[in-house]
Amino acid sequence: MQAVSTTAVRSAATQEAVWVRWLLLTGALLFLGFFLVLPLVSIFAEALRKGWALYWEALKEPDALSALQLTLTVTLISVPINLVFGVAAAWAIAKFDFKGKSLLITLIDLPFSVSPVVAGLIYVLIFGAQGWLGPWLQAHDIKIIFAVPGIVLATMFVTFPFIARELIPLMEAQGTEEEQAAMVLGASGWQTFWKITLPNIKWGLLYGVILCNARAMGEFGAVSVVSGHIRGMTNTTPLHVEILYNEYNFVASFACASILALLALVTLVAKTWVEWQTERQMAAERAAVYES
Amino acid sequence: MLSPSLFSSGVTDMTKLTRLLTAAVATALSAASLAGPELLNVSYDVMRDFYKDLNPAFIKAYKAKTGEDLVIQQSHGGSGKQARAVIDGLEADVITMNMPPDIDALHDKAKLIPESWASRLPNNSLPFTSLQVLIVRKGNPKQIKDWSDLVKPGVQVVMPNPKVTGNGRYSYLAAWGYALRQPGGNEQKARDFVAGLLKNVPVLDSGGRAATTTFMQRQIGDVLLTFENEAEMIAREFGRGQFEVVYPSLSIRAEPPVTVVDKVVDKKGTRKAAEAYLKFLWTPAAQEIAAQNYLRPQDAAIAKKYAAQFPAIKLFTVDEVFGGWRRAQKTHFDDGGSFDQVYTKK
Repeated sequence: MQAVSTTAVRSAATQEAVWVRWLLLTGALLFLGFFLVLPLVSIFAEALRKGWALYWEALKEPDALSALQLTLTVTLISVPINLVFGVAAAWAIAKFDFKGKSLLITLIDLPFSVSPVVAGLIYVLIFGAQGWLGPWLQAHDIKIIFAVPGIVLATMFVTFPFIARELIPLMEAQGTEEEQAAMVLGASGWQTFWKITLPNIKWGLLYGVILCNARAMGEFGAVSVVSGHIRGMTNTTPLHVEILYNEYNFVASFACASILALLALVTLVAKTWVEWQTERQMAAERAAVYES
Repeated sequence: MLSPSLFSSGVTDMTKLTRLLTAAVATALSAASLAGPELLNVSYDVMRDFYKDLNPAFIKAYKAKTGEDLVIQQSHGGSGKQARAVIDGLEADVITMNMPPDIDALHDKAKLIPESWASRLPNNSLPFTSLQVLIVRKGNPKQIKDWSDLVKPGVQVVMPNPKVTGNGRYSYLAAWGYALRQPGGNEQKARDFVAGLLKNVPVLDSGGRAATTTFMQRQIGDVLLTFENEAEMIAREFGRGQFEVVYPSLSIRAEPPVTVVDKVVDKKGTRKAAEAYLKFLWTPAAQEIAAQNYLRPQDAAIAKKYAAQFPAIKLFTVDEVFGGWRRAQKTHFDDGGSFDQVYTKK
């Protein structure tokens, strides 16, 4: 049944002339090659230009290690927090009707439309020594800007929409019937969430987490503004890459960049796997519907 | 119904997550609370190599004198941006910039230091100096010998933006001062000369290092205007045969000052170590490290020892030609100043 429908769709989509298809395909491949594959290859080529020994040396360097550690720390803090906020926001928006809902959706999208540099400056204006809370923070010896908390805040701001944005359409499409059924059968709110909602959205959620994670590790602009660039303390890997580059230390710079690229590739593989799983889940659900 | 396998072991997953988070927070905190007196030196881009050599020497000398183990943290970036960060609360014990206005800003904008900061250390708080040179391609194909060659048609000049970088300001003022001191030179002629020079600049880079990359890596332009000590860094990275350094008939003295940030050291209780650190810059050992990094030392004996690498050249200072940094900054680089006027006219 399903096989038939897929073939039908495919034949409809391939009614274009052969040369048109080839032209489009070649165009897309050339574009991808020039703008994605070539730069990616060049990162590794530059990093290994002077051999594996120097590459390895650059990665073992204490400042590079501490930058990587900070990047992972920041990601480990900001992604889980965004996960909780993202699920809560998506749940509220998709499953309930309330006043100001569209305003909330707009607010969630705000970090997408604000330039990362501005995002960083927002925090400097609030927490900086000349900012609103600056004098109070200094009096109580609390460091936010130019320390780890500031970097976490900036990263959270920039990555905030990823999870909620991924979940809202999914949850809206799923509707509230299953939750209503659970409620009618006497499930509590938490039970409904853990047993019905979460299993339904888990692949979408994972997808959002992966995107959020990728951006959190790679964020440059916002973090650069609030970091203070103290070597070995507040330098994340993307910032470290720039500094090394500015110091003519091209091998080390591209070596660190290659680690970020590798993390991105891992993310990509994970993303593809999740997509594949989602597809399978959808197919299974569709099959179940057809059978019934 | 799908089995919620991903979340079935919810409890163990949560404990694992908590453990990970605790570890992450612990690393974050431990990074902020290392034992021992700790100094943060906020500096500009190209000073990394110098302080990388200097810091271990000072830490050793300080340990021998006081028995204390010091830790010195470094922060590098564009000088304007770094000064701004200190104003916004980056807790620098000492700030080491490439020109006085970036340190003046600490007093003007946040009262972090007294107005008379420059008089607290010898030589107006300049432990070493440099100057602007012209870097040309191998064999000097365009025959560039002096500032006057930079305004000729067909010569492409690469330099960082004077509006935002010290390096660019020195070059701008050097060209201005050169024109002013030619026979029959006056303010109007100097302005026209600098306007002509800027016409030959295809793009103003955002920093000294960016300009070098444009010139050396991307092979754009016929001449690069930058510091004498930056020329040495280029030689180390790109090889000595790749370019030539041209000393013009007259240049400007680059004055990279240093100072203790009073508000910070008094709060952290690090004044003693911070002052010792900066005074150390005038010792023969530190002066020698400066010379090895192609910064012209103040110490006469060390300067003599390294005389071969520092050709004698006629120099003028900002004080002599422009009546001090504050005036130079106001007339030339503040909004609506001479730079804005001649650059937009283009």
